[in-house]
Amino acid sequence: MQKSSRFVFSALCFGFAFLYIPILVLIAFSFNQSAITSVWGGFSLRWYTALFNNEQIIEAALLSLKIAATSATFATILGTMAGLALTQIGRYRGRLIFTGLIAAPLVMPEVITGLSLLLMFVSLQELIGWPLSRGAGTITIAHITFSMAYVAVIVQSRLSSMDQSLQEAAMDLGGRPTQVAFDITLPLIAPSMLSGWLLAFTLSLDDLVIASFTSGAGASTLPMVIFSKIKLGVTPDINALATLIIGTVSIGIMIASWVMFRQSKRN
Amino acid sequence: MNNENTIKANQSAKPYVAETPWLDPEAVPFIQIKGLSKQFDDFSAVDNVDLNIYKGELFTILGGSGCGKSTLLRMLAGFETPNAGQIIIDGIDMANIPAYDRPINMMFQSYAVFPHMTVEQNISYGLKKDKLAKAEIATRVKDMLELVQLSELAKRKPNQLSGGQRQRVALARALIKQPKVLLLDEPLAALDKKLREQTQFELINLQYELGITFVVVTHDQEEAMTLSTRVAVMDAGKFIQIDTPTQVYESPHNRFVANFFGTINFFNATVLSTDPEAQTLTAQLEKTGTQLEAKAEGRFSASDEVTIAVRPEKISVSQERPEGDHLTITKGTVEDLAYYGNRSVYRVRSQSGRIIQVSAQNNQRSEQLVLEWDDEVYLSWDSSCNVVLSE
Ligand SMILES: Nc1ncnc2c1ncn2[C@@H]1O[C@H](COP(=O)(O)OP(=O)(O)O)[C@@H](O)[C@H]1O
Ligand SMILES: [Mg+2]
Repeated sequence: MQKSSRFVFSALCFGFAFLYIPILVLIAFSFNQSAITSVWGGFSLRWYTALFNNEQIIEAALLSLKIAATSATFATILGTMAGLALTQIGRYRGRLIFTGLIAAPLVMPEVITGLSLLLMFVSLQELIGWPLSRGAGTITIAHITFSMAYVAVIVQSRLSSMDQSLQEAAMDLGGRPTQVAFDITLPLIAPSMLSGWLLAFTLSLDDLVIASFTSGAGASTLPMVIFSKIKLGVTPDINALATLIIGTVSIGIMIASWVMFRQSKRN
Repeated sequence: MNNENTIKANQSAKPYVAETPWLDPEAVPFIQIKGLSKQFDDFSAVDNVDLNIYKGELFTILGGSGCGKSTLLRMLAGFETPNAGQIIIDGIDMANIPAYDRPINMMFQSYAVFPHMTVEQNISYGLKKDKLAKAEIATRVKDMLELVQLSELAKRKPNQLSGGQRQRVALARALIKQPKVLLLDEPLAALDKKLREQTQFELINLQYELGITFVVVTHDQEEAMTLSTRVAVMDAGKFIQIDTPTQVYESPHNRFVANFFGTINFFNATVLSTDPEAQTLTAQLEKTGTQLEAKAEGRFSASDEVTIAVRPEKISVSQERPEGDHLTITKGTVEDLAYYGNRSVYRVRSQSGRIIQVSAQNNQRSEQLVLEWDDEVYLSWDSSCNVVLSE
């Protein structure tokens, strides 16, 4: 008994060490005075100052945030509509196929999604002259396309676990269909829409592959800039940037799980 | 099976049944259902159903799970579109009236209390949709909270309520709109036994006080007996029998209905002769050849194969051969007995080898069992207790 629990404990420690030591090292070195990554030269915020003076990175970060916020918002609207259509509109022929189709992008390799979107943009340009150039706009559209699927799946799972008669009850009490949507359906799926939005936002911030395919010469997102910089060698200001991203993502995850927790407690 | 309770409850519900409009050919039904059908794909959930329900009735639709009760109720409420047939409520055809405009409210099987609203908000929802003045909504909600005894819990969220309290929120929410008809889908199924019995009477009192026509769906025959003015027994999308609770219990139309309400003994028999004037017939039991008399309308004739049905509590059991007119008597041995305190149930093997179930009141005080296993006994019952079924 003792022995096995000690084994489990050390396995646990090892697993977590494997996951988190690289991240902790990275965070520690972002506060390193020395410019050499492998030598600890004392505590300093020097790389954070350097980071905030690096216009290229700041610009890329702002662009990434803008794309993430826009694409997450549209993905949430479209994904919610898709989720509603899949669960609410009675039983229609081919509903199962649609459910499968909406989930397919979740498992599609990013390279393929990126490539197919690029091909679409190129042929659209030839056919109707739009989009004139590839950049922030095309990246946003691409991100909406794939993160919408995530939102749809989250909203759909919430809707199908919800008591269908809630909406009928509201209608029975005199609510018109639009009133029922705003009084009952939306408040009840709002938490899953919020977690869908946060997920879409994170996915967009994180994405390198699809953005690289669908971006043009002008626009570079943060992951694209980091990736190109790393090819020239790692500078410690990247550590500072990574630390900030980790901080942001952790806060996002904490909010999302708090929302989910409250929702599950309520049911 | 607890027949004593059923009958007792039924009697205390009696005063509320003031009239019997269904016996009056002139009476205009409040709800008229004509040839109503609903198919899902190729499956007939409700099959060409006709039904009249009168104002102020507490009408119960009773049937096993999946027989189409909820579908029928949902068509009345406007959530399902019938494939054929007509629903007329208070003289108005409901065909083109959407659910939110029907003078009907429904209490859902799951209660469907809005989880993100307080008790008060739940109850006021319907009035807000009707755009009533704030002051009126406030007074009516206050009165309704008092009626269902939820005043203290007005500010609670549904997840802080017990099952019984949620049920009352659902009921209050539907009643506050003062509908012409209240539909209740298995209103008591989610409650535990004790609460169920208590709530039954509350429902009856409420219905009587408000005078609203109630249509209740249930799969619980005891509930149907206790609650209703009339019961419609449903099977596979059709009505088998529509009658008062006492009629369906005492004069079932066929084996299905007889079996549905409690225990009953069946004997195969052949009609020997009929007396159309007295509306009686004489029949002979298949194996023992025992001859018996029974009341029957004129639909039988000599040499018809029939089933004779007798309820266990109509049968007397004794060790001496009973004397009297119009008795059906048979002999057997006690094979099994169960003592319930107020009554005993005997399973007696008759001379033909069949098991006859008898339920006897223990109306004498005795610490010994009156009868023991393997005792030879006479079973007897008044011939008026014989129910003749055509199958
Ligand atoms: N929306 C639906 N689609 C297909 N079949 C349904 C639907 N609703 C009910 N049914 C079927 O109709 C039958 C009757 O259902 P229901 O009226 O809910 O029964 P009950 O309430 O008597 O238990 C069941 O066999 C059920 O499977
Ligand atoms: Mg049902």
